[in-house]
Amino acid sequence: MNDNTMTLAAMQRGQKGVIKAVDTACPQVQRLMTLGLVEGAEIELAGAAIGGDPLEFRLFGRGISLRREQARHFSVAPLGPGD
Amino acid sequence: MTSTPEIRIPVSQIANRRQPDVRVAVVGTPNSGKSTLFNRLTGLRQSVGNYPGVTVEKHIGILRADDRTIELIDLPGTHALSAHSSEEQIAIDVILGRVADMPPPDGILAVVDATNLYQGLYLVQQLLELGLPVVVALTMSDAAKRTGVQIDTDRLSERLGGAPVVPVVSTTGHGVGALRTTLAGIRSVPVPLSPNGWPALADAARALIADTGINVRRVEVERLLIDGPNESNRPTLDALGADGPEALARGQDQLFGLVPPLAAEARARYAWVREVLRDVQTQGSLLSSWRTHVIAFFNRPVPGTIGLFVVMAIVFQAVFAWATPLMDLIDGAAAALGASVSGALGDNALSSLIADGMIAGVGSVVIFLPQIMILFLFIILLEDSGYLARAAYLMDRAMRSVGLSGQSIIPMISSFACAVPGIMATRVIPNRRDRFATILAAPFMTCSARLPVYALLIAAFVPERQVAFLNLQGLVLLGLYLFGIVMGILTALLIRQTALRGPKPPFALMLPEFRRPDFRTVLIQLLGRARVFLRRAGTVIFTVAIVVWALAYFPRSDGIDVGTHDAIARAEQTLSGVALTAEIADIGNQAASLQLEQSFLGRAGKFVEPVFAPLGWDWRVSSAVIAGFPAREVVIAVLGTVYAVGDEADELTLSERLRSSRHADGSPVFTLPMVIGLLIFYACCLQCAATLAVIRRETNSWRWPVFAWLYMTTIGYVGALLAYQLL
Repeated sequence: MNDNTMTLAAMQRGQKGVIKAVDTACPQVQRLMTLGLVEGAEIELAGAAIGGDPLEFRLFGRGISLRREQARHFSVAPLGPGD
Repeated sequence: MTSTPEIRIPVSQIANRRQPDVRVAVVGTPNSGKSTLFNRLTGLRQSVGNYPGVTVEKHIGILRADDRTIELIDLPGTHALSAHSSEEQIAIDVILGRVADMPPPDGILAVVDATNLYQGLYLVQQLLELGLPVVVALTMSDAAKRTGVQIDTDRLSERLGGAPVVPVVSTTGHGVGALRTTLAGIRSVPVPLSPNGWPALADAARALIADTGINVRRVEVERLLIDGPNESNRPTLDALGADGPEALARGQDQLFGLVPPLAAEARARYAWVREVLRDVQTQGSLLSSWRTHVIAFFNRPVPGTIGLFVVMAIVFQAVFAWATPLMDLIDGAAAALGASVSGALGDNALSSLIADGMIAGVGSVVIFLPQIMILFLFIILLEDSGYLARAAYLMDRAMRSVGLSGQSIIPMISSFACAVPGIMATRVIPNRRDRFATILAAPFMTCSARLPVYALLIAAFVPERQVAFLNLQGLVLLGLYLFGIVMGILTALLIRQTALRGPKPPFALMLPEFRRPDFRTVLIQLLGRARVFLRRAGTVIFTVAIVVWALAYFPRSDGIDVGTHDAIARAEQTLSGVALTAEIADIGNQAASLQLEQSFLGRAGKFVEPVFAPLGWDWRVSSAVIAGFPAREVVIAVLGTVYAVGDEADELTLSERLRSSRHADGSPVFTLPMVIGLLIFYACCLQCAATLAVIRRETNSWRWPVFAWLYMTTIGYVGALLAYQLL
């Protein structure tokens, strides 16, 4: 486990992480929290559309797509392959 | 004693007529398999209406079980009891009993996708606080098993305060019988004990009720605390009395501090959901199959995008190629029927009304059906298989760069067949500005009603020549398609910079797993959408056909009739056989042309001729264009009549006549600049009353259809003017 956090937008394809902090000020982000993107949720970057935007994540086994600019409001602690 | 006549009414009919014993609201997140389960439970015993004041469809179905009649209300999907769209707002208002003429439901059927318990339980937790009996249906329990997920339903029911949990597979009907029985007895299902996922909220709501001393349901106060005062929960705020707003602000402050309430709610409830998941769900080893490999491959950007283009090409091919034989058949049948009616009734107003007005009118509606049905079938299949969301995701960046959103892709593609279903399909776009921009761009796409006019003018005036390896006529047609797309894009960009300017909308798209669509659900939806199309577009197109017929038929000139009789009599003396038949047909066509010239339509064409003279049009072209304003598909028939070749003339005859048409000074009417201008006018103008009606309906205002009409007509006029004057 490492203490480095990054934004959701900086993750690599196939990388997993746990959401550590959410910038809640933006109403759009609050809507995303209602969909389950909250602190403590485990998330994986599954891929991206052509051009690298939007991104596709997997949240508890379900696909959810976010634009890059929205993914920046979430910071994650990456999980190593063994975690 | 009077004898009463014996009347026997079957018991089942009495049962069907009486009020339902129980009313149950069917609630679930989008893509939870809610509609498939609803269709499985109710079959064809459904009715579709509208909620008052909004364009949200109201689906009600009847279910019989254990001698009881259960009314099921299939609500729009929602993730939570906080609304982000008018559809979600309706779902919440029905659940809370806020909709006029709809009493609160007796119970809730919560539909939860077994492969997506995480989001499903978030909604269920909110539903458990309603103080109503809740039955949970776990759909797609077979798919969950396949992916190695095991759910302990007894434990889950326990965690949900005793709410019954019934696993079902809607496509096979597994578990549906048990669900039916549970629903029949929903009144005796105990109200679940609130699972206390967020005790602080319940406490704050109780405190607020105690403070104000007024009898309001706790769940209403909870929603008021979280959502703040809005249009829907105003009655609750009013019920709290004069001190309500102040007490509410105090409660919110204590409960949330500086944290936005929605964020606080999501944190508290999802913490509870994760804890329940750890308790009831075990994730076995994920079974890898060829399916997962194929899906993974098409999730990669480049194969995914190529796959999307292939899918779109198939839809196009199907809509245009498969529908053509059926359309030709309908066209031929309508013409033959019209001819036999006018043959039987002779030449009079009634006969013309039936043949040229009503039969042609019905024909012009029905002829769209093959394309529309094929289009709807593909949209439903794409939607129900989960591919539509993926298409929106793949196209989002490209669509966003032109002022639209990924979800605009299906409305735009649909509009190549017809703008009416295209505009109706914009309902999937959650953001209002994105949606209205799509609605304004959609009518520029080359719809199938524009094609016959393009085909006629291109065949008549564009030389059949090879340019490199391509056919010039084909290139012009392609150019017109591209022109429509470019105009649509420019419109969207322009409107997003002006009237619909605003912050970038949120975009969060759930990408459901691929699944095989359920045949029954596809069929029910297909019939439902066809009915809506016929009601919305069909009635308008039919009415327009009758009105245009009347304008082109009245007033009749007896002088022309007399002249025609004399001409036929003369011909009969000098000619015989084939030559006579041809001569009589020609005389008839000449007479029809003369009648049209002095009809209301012909007079209107002459009246507005000065307006269109700068475009190089004479009164004939002007009349045809005017007739095409309410429905562009009538233009060909009017041109056929006005150029005296008959309204069923083949393209070759008509195009020859167009080529030889002359202005008063002897110069040809149809010069190349004039034809290019006419094509541009036709490509731009919003000549379709059905589209205007559907824009009015979907935007709930007259402003947008009026604006769209003025905007598109102006562009068409200026474009045609520039083409004629400059080329």
